[in-house]
Amino acid sequence: MNDHRHWLYRPENIRRLWRWGFGILAASVLAQLVFEVYGHFGFDDWFGFNAVYGFLTCTAMVLFAKLLGVLVKRDDSYYQDNSEESGGGP
Amino acid sequence: MSGFAFPPGLILLFGGLVLPFFDSNGRRIIVLGLPLVTLWALWGVPDGPSVTARLLEYEIVLVEGDRLSRLFGTIFTLMAAAGGLFALSSARTVELCASMVYAGASIGVIFAGDLITLFVFWELMAVGSTLVLWSAGTVTAYRASMRYLSIHLLGGVVLMAGIAAWVAATGEIQFGSMTGALSAGGLKAAGAWLILAGFLLNAGAPPLSAWLPDAYPEASPSGMVTLSAFTTKTAVYVLIVGFAGTELLIWLGLYMVFYGIVYALLENDMRRILAYSIVNQVGFMVTGIGIGTVMSLNGSAAHAFTHIIYKALLLMSAGAVLHMTGRRKCSDLGGLIQTMPLTATCGIVGALAISSFPLTSGFISKSMISQGALDQHLTFVWFALAAASAGVFLHAGIKFPWFVFFQKDSGLRPAEPPMGMRVAMVIFAALCIILGVAPGMLYQILPAPVDYVPYTGEHVVAQLQLLLFSGLAFFALLPLMKRTLTISLDWDWCYRRLGPVLARALGSFILSADRIFRDAFLSLLRRGLEEVRAYYGPDSIAAQTWTTAAMVLCAVIALGLYLILLYA
Repeated sequence: MNDHRHWLYRPENIRRLWRWGFGILAASVLAQLVFEVYGHFGFDDWFGFNAVYGFLTCTAMVLFAKLLGVLVKRDDSYYQDNSEESGGGP
Repeated sequence: MSGFAFPPGLILLFGGLVLPFFDSNGRRIIVLGLPLVTLWALWGVPDGPSVTARLLEYEIVLVEGDRLSRLFGTIFTLMAAAGGLFALSSARTVELCASMVYAGASIGVIFAGDLITLFVFWELMAVGSTLVLWSAGTVTAYRASMRYLSIHLLGGVVLMAGIAAWVAATGEIQFGSMTGALSAGGLKAAGAWLILAGFLLNAGAPPLSAWLPDAYPEASPSGMVTLSAFTTKTAVYVLIVGFAGTELLIWLGLYMVFYGIVYALLENDMRRILAYSIVNQVGFMVTGIGIGTVMSLNGSAAHAFTHIIYKALLLMSAGAVLHMTGRRKCSDLGGLIQTMPLTATCGIVGALAISSFPLTSGFISKSMISQGALDQHLTFVWFALAAASAGVFLHAGIKFPWFVFFQKDSGLRPAEPPMGMRVAMVIFAALCIILGVAPGMLYQILPAPVDYVPYTGEHVVAQLQLLLFSGLAFFALLPLMKRTLTISLDWDWCYRRLGPVLARALGSFILSADRIFRDAFLSLLRRGLEEVRAYYGPDSIAAQTWTTAAMVLCAVIALGLYLILLYA
């Protein structure tokens, strides 16, 4: 079958990209076996610390943003349906 | 005065003013050539005051050079040239003029040796940048530019008040470190605090940071590229000179860093994502200034330099998309890599650089700020900066390219942007990589000698782990980041919603109070008049006509009473 989609949008390539992605992730952690990574403060000395720290802090930031979104998100015409914005043009 | 005695900023400033009188070829030469002339001029500026003049009783220093001002001047002129190149094919003439005046004014601030010169150029920057915004020509841009101008005029008033207090207290107008004065007490401290507040407002610091994501994204595709560079980085420069080592700045900087990340994560408009990201990046620089060591100050200066390049690159990429599709919202975009591979590649290079990937410019500059925190054993700050680095990859490094160039296919098939835009993007993308591969080029023009090696096996591996796993977090949490047609309320809600509501309430209160008082006064007046009328009106006793006989009778009675009283 001739697939006219861009190569990035073909399912078999997407699967391949995921596999490569996980390979690179693993490689970045295993690289620690070659280049020793010392922690700076003692408690950050263990294997793969930066990987775990990056993942967890990002998860925390996304969840915090999600929670804050409940409070601060408004429809994107929020400031337009208001007489406050009715001024003259240039 | 020495050899070349002319404020370098004025070259661009005057160039901007005469630009409209040239034809399109002349304009091209001016827009691209004058920044290079300025670059040449500012590298000829010697250390120390070189152009002075008398103003009233003060000796003002129009030009004072040092390594820091030449560093900032260099990147500002490079930015003016590349921004001009990007703008030439699409921008209106008024935008080209305003951009040059704006860039010239910010170079004026960088080389100002005293507070009066600084203030004058500072205000010219506000005028120039407002005109850049304005020249987008839409009603929303006009309104945003008026809000922008109000906030910056307020900042100007605060700065002016601070300068007045400072000069009154010290009798000095030269601009130097004021960190010690913050705790001095009295008028001097008040002046220093007000000056700091004026500077911080331009840096996008809380609570008034919302002016930036409110205004910049309303500019034209090229306008926002220009705007992203000068105002905030001029503020970084003056903070380095005036307030290095002020601890408050560490905390303000960290707030800005996380504010930028969280709001960018919530945002749907690609250029607002990048606007929040400016606040985030300036937060890194402000934190470095607060740490205040040679390492961290070098780091902040270097980060300002690299940031201007990759942020302009990201905004050029976003601007090219906006120029070609007319769309800004992530929910309308996607899949553009298919027909805009060059724009996408340049955007990705910018995204990698802002995320501090090894071999890009961000890696060699941001890590100096973290190293500054590490050297001072600021454990919390170090870990916060590390988390923030991961967060930058999350909100700008992946989110921007992913939702614009990849994700679902939006069906849009725009072509690549015009030649000028493409060349500008490629030049800045190349610079991001060259600076990352050969850090010595930047390190040798930093204000202080650099004793730092960014490329160690440990540093590269640790940074890659941090970034790649934050990327994993992005894709793992993608369902939580579904684009919605929303905006996020910020402190600007106070002056866009609460302020008008309060003003209207106050207005109607004053109106009704005024009516009550007016009515009460009128009825009092009316009653008094009736009283007067009762006695003196046409029908009252006092107004009756008397006969002569009655008059004589009254006079006789009065005289009689008088006699009785006299002899009694």
